[in-house]
Amino acid sequence: MAGNGERMKTVRLSVPISDEDLKSLEIGTVVYLDGLIITGREKVYKHILDDGEDMPEGLMQRCNVGFHCSPAASVDGDGKYSVGAVTATASFRFAKSLPGWFAKTGCRVIIGKGGMSQKHYDEIFVPAKAVYFTTVGYGTGALLGRGIKEVENVHWLDELGIAQAMWVLRVENFGPLLVESDLQGNSLFEQNNKEINEKIEKLYEGLRAPSLSRYGETDNKRDELI
Amino acid sequence: MIAIGQIEKAAYDIMLKAAIDIPEDYEDGIRGMQKGEKGDLSYFVLEAMLENYDAAREDRRPMCADSGLPRYYVKAGNEALIEGGFIALEKVLRQATARATQDVPLRPNRVHPISRQDNNNNVGINAPEIDYSFEPDADWVEITTVHKGGLFGTDYRMLFPGDGIDGIKRFFLDVMISFGKRGLACQPAIVGIGLGGSKDTCMVLGKQAACLRIVGNKNPDPEIAALEEELKQMGNSIGMGAMGFVGSSMVVDCHIEVGYTHTGGMPMSVHSFCLSSRRASVRIYNDGRIEHRTDPNWFTPYTRRNTVEWQEMVSA
Ligand code: SF4
Repeated sequence: MAGNGERMKTVRLSVPISDEDLKSLEIGTVVYLDGLIITGREKVYKHILDDGEDMPEGLMQRCNVGFHCSPAASVDGDGKYSVGAVTATASFRFAKSLPGWFAKTGCRVIIGKGGMSQKHYDEIFVPAKAVYFTTVGYGTGALLGRGIKEVENVHWLDELGIAQAMWVLRVENFGPLLVESDLQGNSLFEQNNKEINEKIEKLYEGLRAPSLSRYGETDNKRDELI
Repeated sequence: MIAIGQIEKAAYDIMLKAAIDIPEDYEDGIRGMQKGEKGDLSYFVLEAMLENYDAAREDRRPMCADSGLPRYYVKAGNEALIEGGFIALEKVLRQATARATQDVPLRPNRVHPISRQDNNNNVGINAPEIDYSFEPDADWVEITTVHKGGLFGTDYRMLFPGDGIDGIKRFFLDVMISFGKRGLACQPAIVGIGLGGSKDTCMVLGKQAACLRIVGNKNPDPEIAALEEELKQMGNSIGMGAMGFVGSSMVVDCHIEVGYTHTGGMPMSVHSFCLSSRRASVRIYNDGRIEHRTDPNWFTPYTRRNTVEWQEMVSA
């Protein structure tokens, strides 16, 4: 990788990720993964948490990484699966399912888009000893697609559909990902937001407010929408 | 007469191109932004994006797994002759969408808004959208496909004449900041702004400004072009870059389109065409010649006309 790649601290981890590896992670570190990861979003959470479905036997001993995504995948005539690209989906929507998910599966890492709020790190991730990795740029689906070596299994494909099923993916050098939160609940996004927020009010200086206001939950530029 | 089969094939081909090959103008724009980017994290993100475009091209796989909402824009020359007419054209555009969804593959994103029923082919009620415009003295039809993603990064607001340029700048900043945090809008984006028109026109103009004008293109009205430049600079000096990290890469380019509006109002829409700015165009002539481009060339002097009669400008 050209440019400033070498200035970024980079690690390659195998899944299941060990306690020591998790402990040593710092926010802003670039991560590549080897091993198994599983996808999950709305319907998987509902299936496991609300409908009481059990996780496939033995799966979570081999994998402790969950991925908020739906792959661009197709199922060939001979029952083989091919994955073209994978892109994470925004994670904040799944916050309410995560306490149950961590408890039931022992999952320790969530990969997704956009991270969670500080409150969710403090209240959900830190107690579960879990960390969050964000995909980079989000739209880098082709790069991540390259890292997927094999679809080991797809669970509940018929009930949940291609986009919502639980895909078990064997990956190699899967990334880049960035450590967004660590075991203490420090967040890279929160850290960056703090720095950016300091200059925001100045941008609006001298610009008259519009004559008609809007109802809304926040008009504070330091707040976030998630 | 343009054979309908030729239109189907061309419409299918551009769907493949759009999903896989990032337009040159956008990629060059990202390279340019990267040169000026001082934030380490934001710089790193841009680098990963550029690598991702290479990976998509080399492996012939979609650049982003969220293949957005695939749709078509059709510009018909006044002299164009289409076999079977526009009903046949609309049928083959739906066919091409379904075929491309299976073959690329594109993600079958289109679902019924309430039942969430998915036909698994990106075709359904009012999908794909097909928008039309016309061109005088032309014996061709042009088809552009856009796969715009992004649940985030778009907003609309009714401003008033008294709000003036300040109001425009404020609302622009509001949208950039609110959706820019954590990079929800997948910036840097081509930001399109619709000003004026009726509310629906305002949304349509902003969307078309984002998706159908290339990086580097300027509005022919010098006053609007100056505002485009000013807003672009403003977006890039928020202090926020790719993924909402500290930096400067927010707006690859800013495009404004205007429409005459109610004398009491100044509606404004903002649209962000994300880092997977997917578009591809094709022109097919009556005699069967065919030309592929990445510039939709949608806004012509005719589409922006300001008079009752249309006359080609003889000379400026
Ligand atoms: S906004 Fe664009 S780049 Fe980001 S995930 Fe959606 S389609 Fe991909």
